[in-house]
Amino acid sequence: MAKIRGAVTIDEEKCKGCSLCVASCPADVLSLQPKEVNNRGYHYAFMSSPEKCIGCASCAMVCPDACIEVYRVKEP
Amino acid sequence: MEEVRLMKGNEALAHAAIRYGADGYFGYPITPQSEVLETLEDEMPWETTGMVVLQAESEVAAINMVYAGAGCGKAVFTSSSSPGVSLMQEGISYIAASELPALIINVMRGGPGLGTIHPSQADYFQACKGGGHGDYHAIVLAPSSVQEMCDFVSLGWDLAFKYRTPAMILADGIVGQMMEKVVLPEQRPRRTEEQIRQQCPWATTGKKGRKQNIITSLELDDDRMEQNNLRFQRTYREIEKNETRCELINTDGCDYLLVAFGSMARICQKVMELAAEKGIKLGLVRPITLWPFPAQQIADAAKGCKGILTVELDAGQMIEDVKLAVNCNVEVKHYGRLGGNVPTPDEVLAALENLFINK
Amino acid sequence: MDINDIIKPENRVYKRPALLNDTHMHYCPGCSHGVVHKLIAEILEEMNAEDKAIGVAPVGCAVFAYNYIDVDFIEAAHGRAPAVATAIKRLQPDKLVFTYQGDGDLAAIGTAETIHAANRGENIAIVFINNAIYGMTGGQMAPTTLLGMKTATTPYGRRADLNGYPLAISNLVAQLDGACYVTRQSVHTPAAVRKAKAAIRKAFENSMAGKGTSLVEIVSTCNSGWKLPPVQANEWMKEHMFEKYPIGDLKNV
Repeated sequence: MAKIRGAVTIDEEKCKGCSLCVASCPADVLSLQPKEVNNRGYHYAFMSSPEKCIGCASCAMVCPDACIEVYRVKEP
Repeated sequence: MEEVRLMKGNEALAHAAIRYGADGYFGYPITPQSEVLETLEDEMPWETTGMVVLQAESEVAAINMVYAGAGCGKAVFTSSSSPGVSLMQEGISYIAASELPALIINVMRGGPGLGTIHPSQADYFQACKGGGHGDYHAIVLAPSSVQEMCDFVSLGWDLAFKYRTPAMILADGIVGQMMEKVVLPEQRPRRTEEQIRQQCPWATTGKKGRKQNIITSLELDDDRMEQNNLRFQRTYREIEKNETRCELINTDGCDYLLVAFGSMARICQKVMELAAEKGIKLGLVRPITLWPFPAQQIADAAKGCKGILTVELDAGQMIEDVKLAVNCNVEVKHYGRLGGNVPTPDEVLAALENLFINK
Repeated sequence: MDINDIIKPENRVYKRPALLNDTHMHYCPGCSHGVVHKLIAEILEEMNAEDKAIGVAPVGCAVFAYNYIDVDFIEAAHGRAPAVATAIKRLQPDKLVFTYQGDGDLAAIGTAETIHAANRGENIAIVFINNAIYGMTGGQMAPTTLLGMKTATTPYGRRADLNGYPLAISNLVAQLDGACYVTRQSVHTPAAVRKAKAAIRKAFENSMAGKGTSLVEIVSTCNSGWKLPPVQANEWMKEHMFEKYPIGDLKNV
């Protein structure tokens, strides 16, 4: 059976580190940067476990700042 | 085609608006101007020209509907009387601050408060000195006949569109309620959407073929807000230069000068006749625009005269502008009746004699 | 498979909507406004309505909605958005006209305009953000503030004897003959976001179909006003807000 693989890009400068994406991710892909901050001082979100992403777009849907874009492929 | 009719001033406002090609009226009933909405509903212009007529839930809603219609580049108007116009002041400030063309009609009644349904001119300050918040002006037209009620509808809209600013017809209950002969103008077609897009490229007509248009008066950047205000002021100076209007009657070589607007100017014409019988030469300045105020014309007319009497249906409001106009070079006095009362010509002449001649 | 093999234009399944301007929104982190703005931008794009949409912005946190959603907008005075929308739609019946209002704007100062626009059956869509607090002015009591809820003007909690009761205004609007569609949604989970989007789209379609007034209430959070981190605010909303403001259709004709 083909495996679904996904990935997201996050506009780090638009991210306000609200962590709603982190909470909504069913695959525990995302985290907030523990130390790094963007230009506005937010601990922005990033893919801490990219290999787990299934490209479901839950994170992007709840993102209030529309800073997440989602990609998905079927791995042969 | 033109048509000669006998009608009330308030009815003339409604007919003139339809014939101007107005797009919409939004109003709320209040005495003594309810005939405007009644006439519009009776004429059913939505069946003929496509004009929208809506009885709003309040004057507050009505003025905000006018704000919206003006934002869409439409020729829209509202009418009310003093307490209702007080409710509209916030909206008028928004219209001025958003640089929108709109027509607002106040058929004044006596105040303050709920006051009386009888005529008054006591909203002069409100109309000419802001009324709402912030540094703004509306062009204020003061009709003194049913014909002018009709003519100032188109004049008001033309000026409002020319300068992108609210225009107000400041009538009083006498001019609104009295019946006279009036020549109604030809029916003009309403502008098409294409014409509106050309005439008002700033209007919210949907962003087809252009960038987004935003109608707002909000600007939190202080420097930009200051620039906005300076732009408004430049427009006001331009209006003062080009659009100041008044009527001068027998002002050359007069002994005393009367200054009166609206219905009071008509009474003052009779006062001039009575005075002439007594050998007193009276001149009359009738401001047609109350803002911009015809200060220079009054100053010129006052040269050589012994005194100025302002005749107003209020406790003395326009007198302040007349005093500024003549810069204290001529003595200026006020005579007015309050509470919905209207002075007789004899009463005005007696006041003039008491204040200036027999003092 | 390398991540760079996945992140390619042809594999993109979710993107920022084109009608959402490429700018930084002023909302606090986690604010529901951003999600609803995004939904409106998506819907207008999907309906090909960008050339005929005219939005009405409120006074409140969403006062700058026009800076984010790239269609024509009129900024209304506080509470007057339904009156403004009434005139836009009556004067330009072919346009898609919607208001975007908060609870103070729609259910306090603008109650009369809300009720009467819906009662006249104006063909407008009203998007109503109910977060039970005044966000922009610093967290004061709203008409929809829950009993016992602490705000800047109810520092010891809202009391019925002092402040009256929370106002479920959508239930009032649902009783009006002019209202065709009244629904209550939220945007706190991906599933809720999908349902909210379908609701707003339906409201917009009703506006174009001339079916009457549609009102979509979005029960929302205000993290700053509630003094809770965004994720906890969602939890608090589920526990407390949904009891007074249950999710679902109130009217659909």
